[in-house]
Amino acid sequence: MSVDATALDSYPEESQPLPTRQHLTGFGFYIYLLSDGILFAALFAAFAVLRGATDGGPDSHALFSARNAFIETACLLTSSFTCGIAMLACDRRNRFMALVGFLVTAVLGVMFLTLEVREFAALIAQGAGPDRSAFLSSFFTLVSTHGIHVTCGLLWLTVLLVQFLGRGFTPAMVRRFLCFSLFWHVLDVVWIAIFTFVYLMGGYL
Amino acid sequence: MTNQQHDPSRVNRRTPGLESSRDHGSLRGYVIGYVLAIILTVAAFTIAPSKNMPSFSIEAALVVLAIAQMIVHLIFFLHINTAPEQKTNILAFTATMLIIAIVMVGSLWIMSHLAANMTPMDRVMSMQR
Repeated sequence: MSVDATALDSYPEESQPLPTRQHLTGFGFYIYLLSDGILFAALFAAFAVLRGATDGGPDSHALFSARNAFIETACLLTSSFTCGIAMLACDRRNRFMALVGFLVTAVLGVMFLTLEVREFAALIAQGAGPDRSAFLSSFFTLVSTHGIHVTCGLLWLTVLLVQFLGRGFTPAMVRRFLCFSLFWHVLDVVWIAIFTFVYLMGGYL
Repeated sequence: MTNQQHDPSRVNRRTPGLESSRDHGSLRGYVIGYVLAIILTVAAFTIAPSKNMPSFSIEAALVVLAIAQMIVHLIFFLHINTAPEQKTNILAFTATMLIIAIVMVGSLWIMSHLAANMTPMDRVMSMQR
């Protein structure tokens, strides 16, 4: 017991401030993001199991274009980077840079969504919609769940930017931007798994 | 039981999720992360179509590249590190990874056994006739 007490005493006293609302909200949001990761893991498992269940319809080799996936990846990766730059600007209370960073993030997110919707429309037009086979059902469920997350993120970012223009850097705004940037980076991590396992492995192997 | 252990400020100091207010990384960190991510992405898209490698080694390379890029994102963009005040973050993260591994491996394992025990499709067709 005395050993424990010594260990506690040796914990640096001044290095850690008391937790703020931002820390607690950040941690809660982090837990939500982890649970979102489990949601995507379930969808990935369904896709992996149903990959061969094409019911005589087109399989992944015939359908997926790596070029499109590469452009989508570039959009999402760059938007993740600009989102981080905007967070740095928030730390320095640089209003202009934060605004520009988040606007570029939003524009790249819209480009990503446009590409994805066009791809889906082309697939459905050639008769490879989600109703064609179990493989296509699981593909559309997995990729569009990610797309819906991106859409929600863009709506969220729009609301945040409108609030930001009115209020500037209040602690609440910085907290919300922090949560948004975590959300956006995690969506990019999920996209890495999608382009690797769905588009590259599905398209080429 | 010393009363030190019930000191609320001491307990609060160890509250999970602590991140000091200037912990949103540095410009350098983001640039390094971005460059590494670009390299790993381009490598994955270059390796995938190559014809002169056996497909299982391409598959292995893609998995390694994907995991490496996820780790780059976690470290440089999400700032997950092994600092003592991030202990609970790391614990929650590890638990999630465990659940994800169980879901993925379990599904693939069980479903491949089920598929192996199923009557082959052509036999089903001939039974229906």
